Amino acid sequence: MSKKSKSVLGIFGILLGIIWLFPFYLIVTNSFKTPKGIFASVLSLPVHSTTDNYVNSFKALDFMASLTHSLIITVAAVLIIILGAAMGAYALQRNKSKLSGGLLLLFISAMLIPFQSVMIPLTANFGSVHFLNMWGLVIMYLGFQSSLSIFLYQGTLSSIPLAMDEAAEMEGASRWQIFYKVIFPMLSPMTVTVAILNIIAIWNDYLLPSLVLPQTQYTIPLQMFNFFGQYTKQWHLALAGITISILPVIIFYLIAQKWIIKGVTDGAVK
Amino acid sequence: MMKNRSLSFWLFLTPTLVALALVVFIPVLEGLFYSFTNWDGLTYTKMVGFQNYIQLFHDKAFINAFWFTVGFVIVTVILLNVIGLGLALLVTQKFKGSNFLRTVFFMPNMIGGLILGFIWQFIFTQGFSALGNALHMSWLQNWLTNETTGFWGLVIVTVWQMAGYIMIIYIAYLQNIPNEVIEAAEIDGASAWQRFTKITFPMIAPAFTVCMFLTLSNGFKIYDQNLSLTNGGPYHSTQMLAMDIVNTAYNSSNFALSEAKAMIFFVIVAAISLLQVLYNRKREVDL
Repeated sequence: MSKKSKSVLGIFGILLGIIWLFPFYLIVTNSFKTPKGIFASVLSLPVHSTTDNYVNSFKALDFMASLTHSLIITVAAVLIIILGAAMGAYALQRNKSKLSGGLLLLFISAMLIPFQSVMIPLTANFGSVHFLNMWGLVIMYLGFQSSLSIFLYQGTLSSIPLAMDEAAEMEGASRWQIFYKVIFPMLSPMTVTVAILNIIAIWNDYLLPSLVLPQTQYTIPLQMFNFFGQYTKQWHLALAGITISILPVIIFYLIAQKWIIKGVTDGAVK
Repeated sequence: MMKNRSLSFWLFLTPTLVALALVVFIPVLEGLFYSFTNWDGLTYTKMVGFQNYIQLFHDKAFINAFWFTVGFVIVTVILLNVIGLGLALLVTQKFKGSNFLRTVFFMPNMIGGLILGFIWQFIFTQGFSALGNALHMSWLQNWLTNETTGFWGLVIVTVWQMAGYIMIIYIAYLQNIPNEVIEAAEIDGASAWQRFTKITFPMIAPAFTVCMFLTLSNGFKIYDQNLSLTNGGPYHSTQMLAMDIVNTAYNSSNFALSEAKAMIFFVIVAAISLLQVLYNRKREVDL
């Protein structure tokens, strides 16, 4: 392509990028305005900028608590999913019988079932054994998210030769040791992908936790929903709240971008 | 190798199999059963046959949600694939800043649908009206107050969120096209348009199937954006299928009817996915 057409493309791309980022610009600039300032002009930069909105919405959101809950739930669920799915995929891949083929199909077919089809009996059952809390939620995530993760691990496992297992077995390793010391470390690239996909899904999830968690364990999306209900039409507070709650995700994205893009690609293409 | 009867085979599978049964298979079977009863969320007193299923076809809210969702899915599938492919072609041209643009376009996809809906609620209600005043365009006023602007509002949010995701998938396939092929065509005097239609497009056909499926099934399942952007309003006119099912259960306490709706929803979503698998199989055989 000629230099001239490249620079035309470049200018077009930059314009498109600006349009793409414009919503973020509006949210962030208006979050520093007073209610009067927002009323006077939405599009301009803040004239009398204030950080009061942040102080107030940080308190109203009980942000440290909801951030902690989000972190605990996401980390616990992702660790359990990684371990459970890698173990499950290993068993299924190293057993070439009809049974394991059938079980894999069972896992994959679970992905077809939309959440709404299970939601009421699921919450009723967990409620009847007093498990409508963080730990119940973590178990639910293992059930909902393990199918895709097993499917992804399965593909990678088929490229690890059986000779690896056999060599370890000759040296007297148990099945668990073979898995944990030999196979699992070799799965690390896929583990990053599985982790990324599950982090994004679980961190942002709203409907399931809204049906499961008591108010004392609210995550960021749940707290945001509550907060928004209380402060409708008080955009100065709402916008500061939005900015605070997307900040952790944006930081994570900018740091781990390379892995995130790879993970998302693997998850969709494989 | 692990044998079917070996203890370790089953121990390795226990965590995920138990969770899957508890969370997906047992509840879905219960739900199926309850959809044939007069279940109120706690107990049921009798079997009612297909009554709930007959009722849902006369349920105006459900029928309206169905057609609203179908329209939404058609529009977003087209827009997401056109824009997603366009962005992918743009950022793979290797000009200065193209990598940065990739980062920008994908960014909205990191934020959950609930918060995205809130962000755009501000933009549609406050930002659009300010812009409308500045540019003297009356169509930018009063967004989200009627079905049409609610519909396009949901479309815009979804496109903004997912276009970067679709872009990433197209990029993965675009990068698999060998440079020599494009260069050879260029030497032979093929125009940019010919190179795109005769080489690039056929070679990324598999990406098209993947993206089509993703956008289709995601479109049907959307809930969070719907809740935070319009909450189905005004007067349930922008309520999509997933939201209608949730509201039938938790707002109207009509649990058995909600389960029947959810089973129909399941059939729709599963049918789309199975068609996709069959289509892929067929194409792979053809190749």
